[in-house]
Amino acid sequence: MTTFPDDSILVLVEATPSGEPAKSAAGLLGAASGIGTPVALIVAHPGRGPEAAAACGALGAEHVLVAETEAATAWLAVPAADALASAADLVRPDAILISNSADGRDVAGRFAARTRSAVAVDAVGVARDEEGIVAHHSVYGGAYNVHSAPTFGAPVITVREGAVDARAEAVEPAVEMLDVTPSGAAAASIELFEEQSVESSRPELRGAAKVVAGGRGLSSEEQFALVDQLADVLGAAVGASRAAVDAGYVPNSHQVGQTGVSVSPQLYVALGISGAIQHRAGMQTAKTIVAINKDPDAPIFDIADFGVVGDLFQVVPQLIESLSARKE
Amino acid sequence: MKIIVLMKEVPDTYGERTLNLETGLAERGATEAVLDEIGERALEAALSSAEKIDGSEVIVLSMGPATAAATLRRALAMGAAKLVHISDEKLSGADLGLTADVLAAAIRRIGFDLVITGNLSTDGSGGVLPAMLAEILGVPHASTLNSVEISAGRLEGTREANGGVMTVATELPALISITDRFPAARFPNFKGIMAAKKKPVEMLTAAELGVDSDALDNPRSIMISVSEKPPRSAGTKIVDEGDGGKKLAEFLVQNRLA
Ligand SMILES: Cc1cc2nc3c(=O)[nH]c(=O)nc-3n(C[C@H](O)[C@H](O)[C@H](O)COP(=O)(O)OP(=O)(O)OC[C@H]3O[C@@H](n4cnc5c(N)ncnc54)[C@H](O)[C@@H]3O)c2cc1C
Repeated sequence: MTTFPDDSILVLVEATPSGEPAKSAAGLLGAASGIGTPVALIVAHPGRGPEAAAACGALGAEHVLVAETEAATAWLAVPAADALASAADLVRPDAILISNSADGRDVAGRFAARTRSAVAVDAVGVARDEEGIVAHHSVYGGAYNVHSAPTFGAPVITVREGAVDARAEAVEPAVEMLDVTPSGAAAASIELFEEQSVESSRPELRGAAKVVAGGRGLSSEEQFALVDQLADVLGAAVGASRAAVDAGYVPNSHQVGQTGVSVSPQLYVALGISGAIQHRAGMQTAKTIVAINKDPDAPIFDIADFGVVGDLFQVVPQLIESLSARKE
Repeated sequence: MKIIVLMKEVPDTYGERTLNLETGLAERGATEAVLDEIGERALEAALSSAEKIDGSEVIVLSMGPATAAATLRRALAMGAAKLVHISDEKLSGADLGLTADVLAAAIRRIGFDLVITGNLSTDGSGGVLPAMLAEILGVPHASTLNSVEISAGRLEGTREANGGVMTVATELPALISITDRFPAARFPNFKGIMAAKKKPVEMLTAAELGVDSDALDNPRSIMISVSEKPPRSAGTKIVDEGDGGKKLAEFLVQNRLA
């Protein structure tokens, strides 16, 4: 039987529907490598384990535990929580890192309640001090930095997607199949799963280096295309305010803010967005903020590095033209 | 059918929210307190489902300071039959584990077919509590639902996860958490406000629920430091005089952002 290093950090790697490690895996393993030895757990379809394990190694997992099961695509959260419980029993890690995605939070919650572990959610970074593992949080829309730690034991930490830039070096991992003891806990069943086709070649909002976001000021779904056009000229992802989502201009996966995605890009361009505090909560840690709004008193200007008071339907086409002209 | 809705009072996010830099706790009273909007949507989902199923009862459960009672009454005015309010100074600053133990004990005591919660609270943004509660209660849970159909004995809902949309289903008893894709809550009307005055409010402490909030045998998550980030300041603001787009392009190019 393998023995695991004393400073093991167990990382739950989410798998995409096609079985590869999800995007969040690189940041989680990068964070783990900064505080100990990364040990990945991946729950894979039968037969897909070895491939998934190799991919985890490429992202820096020195050990990979593979739980092969069909249950994870049939039942919500419980199969993954059972695998995590078995893995934690084997590895005895100093901390457990999980993506702060909807599914990740579910597994974290079930696992923490079952094992009575301390939980820290939505960490933007992790560190190790003399007493153990510390989670760093950015709360109230980035207005405060909070550090948390468990009174004792290994903490379960969910890590905000796209928040950790560190990457671990690729290694040849030691791979082991994991025997999972089913808990028998009741779970909801997954009746149907439809993969959403990747709509465009645009970068994904989460973790994007540049974001162009549109609000109610775009006035219609057709006119929201202006946001897409500017995004394409800048090579940016497309974001939106909740008002724009509620009005049906864009799908809600584009919502930035307190109840949407949190982004920290190099550049955030807000078009026709007033800058309500719930919106700012998801974007005010951007390096540079640019805003176009016809209301000179819009709160978005309070945090904008460059603001244009004007009609976005005049300003944005001219901006696109100027930028395109330079490119030629 | 008995539906329990978890609701709480939060600082109104339309104002600035502040953390006490010594205790790390939210400064209650620094801003106006309101019912968390996502909890209101959860209550709306409960009330509209209950209207369709005979013999249904909607009970609101909340853990929070005694001062939240007035805010919570709004839930009764909206149509909930009863409020169970866990108010205990010893629970101030409770971490997720302790909160889950206390709420699960109260849910068990009330009895339920369905528990509905918001997916993320406005102040804590934890989002793990629904799964923790389901695990402790030993029931299935379906999280971050964008829609739900509830019938006696069963529910089916949709959620976005893992790059797709999934339909999930479970028999009751169960627990669900909902997103802000759910309809906004109804406004309490005059009749509701009057009726709320006569509705039962049960106050409970952790000890009454059999939870020892001082016990040290379970690990707890504690805040070890809090600091305030310097607020952002405004930069250049120009008024478009026909060349706003060009000037903005120059700014982006100068700063190597385009
Ligand atoms: C609990 C809770 C959670 C929330 N979560 C979120 C969240 O995650 N994300 C979010 O965004 N919101 C969230 N909100 C909603 C938030 O409070 C605002 O209602 C929302 O952000 C407003 O969106 P908006 O700026 O697009 O619309 P508005 O506030 O209506 O602003 C539109 C702006 O467009 C400008 N405009 C109009 N026409 C033009 C034009 N031709 N040219 C230039 N400018 C123009 C107007 O001057 C105005 O400033 C939440 C609210 C609550 C209570």
